[in-house]
Amino acid sequence: MDGFVDFFRWLADAHKIDVSIVYDPLDRRRFLIGLATTVQLSVICIVLSIVIGLAGAWLQGSRSRAVRATIQGFVQFFRNTPPLVQLAFFYFAVSAALPTVTDRFGAQVPLVDNFGWAIISFSLFAGAFNVEIFRSGIEAVPRTTVEAAEALGYSGLQAYIHVILPLAFRVCLPALGNNLVNLLKTTTLAYAIGVPELLYAASQVWSEVLNVREMMVVLLITYVALVAVLVDILRRWEKMLHIPGYNR
Amino acid sequence: MKFTMRVVLGALLGAAFAVGAQAQDTISKIKQKGAIVVGVKNDYKPWGFLDPSGKIVGMEIELAEDVAKKLGVALEMIPVTAANRMEFLNQGRIDLVIATMGDTAERRKVVGMVEPNYYAGATNVLAPKSANLKKWEDLKGRKVCAVQGAYYNRRVGQLYQPDLVVFPAVPDAMNALLGGNCIAFLFDDTLFGSTLASGDAKWANYEMPLVSEDPQLWAMGIRLQDMDGPFGKLMKDMSVDWHKSGRLLALEKKWGIKTSPYLEEQNKKHKGS
Repeated sequence: MDGFVDFFRWLADAHKIDVSIVYDPLDRRRFLIGLATTVQLSVICIVLSIVIGLAGAWLQGSRSRAVRATIQGFVQFFRNTPPLVQLAFFYFAVSAALPTVTDRFGAQVPLVDNFGWAIISFSLFAGAFNVEIFRSGIEAVPRTTVEAAEALGYSGLQAYIHVILPLAFRVCLPALGNNLVNLLKTTTLAYAIGVPELLYAASQVWSEVLNVREMMVVLLITYVALVAVLVDILRRWEKMLHIPGYNR
Repeated sequence: MKFTMRVVLGALLGAAFAVGAQAQDTISKIKQKGAIVVGVKNDYKPWGFLDPSGKIVGMEIELAEDVAKKLGVALEMIPVTAANRMEFLNQGRIDLVIATMGDTAERRKVVGMVEPNYYAGATNVLAPKSANLKKWEDLKGRKVCAVQGAYYNRRVGQLYQPDLVVFPAVPDAMNALLGGNCIAFLFDDTLFGSTLASGDAKWANYEMPLVSEDPQLWAMGIRLQDMDGPFGKLMKDMSVDWHKSGRLLALEKKWGIKTSPYLEEQNKKHKGS
């Protein structure tokens, strides 16, 4: 391990290739915190956005026109505005309008901090897309299958959970995967409101150590690796859900 | 497949690390273009900021105009931030940085700092009076807004361990402070001085509660290879002249900045020589 660290110190001194996150303890800590924050943010948002997508897609099939219109409005709003604008809107505008709470120092702080707003904003953003993705899957389930479930005495929700969703899920997994990969990359926007994720950590390092080129390369490689892990998980999931003989 | 990947990755890394070729003498290049491109601040009142018509104005802008006039060329300004100004300079996108840049040893390895330094600031925080900050140690564990690329973020972060929330630009950090998202805003005391003196009602309940720390000289930045060339010499002469003639003191007054002891001392020193 020491040899590894010494190699990068030598690289910085001798060749001006300064990957300071390897040998500088402060920079390394920042980068690791950034990595942990990005992973945390991504995992929470992925789970929440899938929940929002499932709930939204179910409500879209509701008999009540008001419910359908609400879901439609939500999807239009979050799908048709840029995520960075949504984030800024939540953090700078909505946050100031909410009541404050008292922190452990006795000061008045906002109800939701920047990390919280990032989760809310990205989950709703990706969730809006997931609603449409799940709808595409649900519409691919043959009408006759749904009728058969009804004939067997399933209620609307039961049929949704036990018959429609399992089939719809398999149809829309590739599209869902695309959206989740996008969501992971979108978490970099949290940088704009000071959430210490990867891009933020990298920019802290490069603005002090002045190694923009090196950190850019590190960033790209890190995101390629993170997305590769996510894609691998999705692939395994798809394999696991595969029904022999279905969809061939 | 593996081999191709390795070749592609190798090529990408090589391209990313390759240092661009550098051009010849900066003065002749500027004259040829007919314009000098200066990196300035547009969010740092009153050094460089946008007036109601959207034009960039301020004390540093007048300095940039002086340089353009001296060279007999047009002035082109590009707004920069603490995080990108040195990169822009070394890429050749700008010829000169006059953007409230602190002169540090670390930065001197990357860009040339013109001496004598044209200004000096120090570090402080802007905080609501209700925050009741008395000393720097009070910041520990509290959310403190800051701006990316500021040299004191690291020092204050290590020394007093606040929970720094760092934004891309000054207005973002100011908005976060006003919105109560942080307890204080860590920045140059020069900016806070002019913010508080502006009489703007929204800052009425704010103060600069701490003793300014870590005084820092500001310098104009040029490319390292210009330091010993004609452009570096010209900039040095201009800076000496600004101090000697009292131009900087006059500009400070014009833009409503409290007279800085550094400028008075430099004025005396250069007049005497």
